[in-house]
Amino acid sequence: MGEVKLHGTWPSAFSYRVIWSLKLKGVPYEYIEDLSNKSSLLLQLNPVHKKIPVLVHDGKPICESLIILEYIEEIWPHNPLLPTDPYERALARFWLKFAEEKCPAMWIAYRTSGEEQEKALKDTLEMLRAIEEHGLVGKKYFGGEKIGMVDIAFGQIAQWLGVIEEIVGVKLLEPQTFPRLHTWIKNFKEVPVIKENLPDRDEMLVVYKRLRERLLTSP
Amino acid sequence: MAEENKVKLLGFWNSPYVRRVELALKLKGIPYEYVEEDLKNKSSLLLKYNPVYKKVPVLVHNGKPLAESHVILEYIDETWKNGPPLLPQDPYKRAQIRFWASFVHQQLFETMPLVFKSDGEAQEKALKEVFEKLSVLEEGIKNIFPGGIQIIEHENVGLLDIVMISVFGPYKVYEEVLGLKLIDPEKTPLLFSWLTALLEIPVVKDSLPPHEKLVGFLKFIRQDALNSTSA
Repeated sequence: MGEVKLHGTWPSAFSYRVIWSLKLKGVPYEYIEDLSNKSSLLLQLNPVHKKIPVLVHDGKPICESLIILEYIEEIWPHNPLLPTDPYERALARFWLKFAEEKCPAMWIAYRTSGEEQEKALKDTLEMLRAIEEHGLVGKKYFGGEKIGMVDIAFGQIAQWLGVIEEIVGVKLLEPQTFPRLHTWIKNFKEVPVIKENLPDRDEMLVVYKRLRERLLTSP
Repeated sequence: MAEENKVKLLGFWNSPYVRRVELALKLKGIPYEYVEEDLKNKSSLLLKYNPVYKKVPVLVHNGKPLAESHVILEYIDETWKNGPPLLPQDPYKRAQIRFWASFVHQQLFETMPLVFKSDGEAQEKALKEVFEKLSVLEEGIKNIFPGGIQIIEHENVGLLDIVMISVFGPYKVYEEVLGLKLIDPEKTPLLFSWLTALLEIPVVKDSLPPHEKLVGFLKFIRQDALNSTSA
């Protein structure tokens, strides 16, 4: 089926989206850690955004994690991560777009302070509320009985949000306020492929704390 | 049957997102009922059909609602297989189209308002960013149109063309309001010939908002923004 290479960075949530998808479909791939952010190889593969993850299939680069996920789904349709019914697919894509638009808020809260951070924290709460109220009603996973692309897209809420909350010192996802999301996180992290492929929380704390200090003190 | 394949579109005259969906429906020859929403007084139907964002466009097909223009376009393509395909068959080409559609939407469309709402140094800075991104787009689409662009047929208009037209179709209006060339045939010849070729197609040309109406609207937005920032 052709050579598959994934250029990523540990512990990027966006790298993990691709790792989970490839592993759920049993697609063999070579993982290449992008050691110096903005390596010349990365600039060649992703000249527009200069970011990981980049999937290279048969020498052809595909960029942007959600676009990569749709590509993977089309090339390896077994163990589908999107519903087959067009309407249900469209609903899944709605939540993928939502994740794309709203998840950045939690990262902004992580990278900033003061007023900007307060707004980002508010936006993150709103995002969680929308998911709790409209995304998970009567469902074990966003994908139904099995995890799908939307679960993978929201994976950052399952592990990375907790790290951000601890670093920033604000608890957003309280189990009493977000019972559905809380249960979903538990279920999501128990799926074997996810459980075996989650970055270690303590190691993440070290890396993200250090990075945040650098970001906040740089001009 | 009356309910079979019934399509309703909740929209607003000046929404580029709504225009994308309308153009897709017209290209595919799908009959639909259009409902103009008063965005200052949203209908209970809109709030029921799009509780997450409460925005247009909303497509309702056989009573089932869908929101978000990109999502709706892919749904239209998958549901109505007759008429021109909006996305290519090849997965790599599809990824390229999705990538550039996202670029036009996120990198260009979302930074345009600042150009209209500012002047002096702030506007210069915003314009510089827009021109830089237009250059990136010019380079990027060379892979999609390897032989350049002369004529585009109705049946070859796809998702990326639709997104491009929704943002830059009214480029002459923008130039009139701003007093400068945004899509310059010398700086970005491929983008210019792409838009020109698309606007030759009647259904595409008709999808643009009325010229004078949009000029008036943008001039008002600009004046309003400049007045509120001055001391």
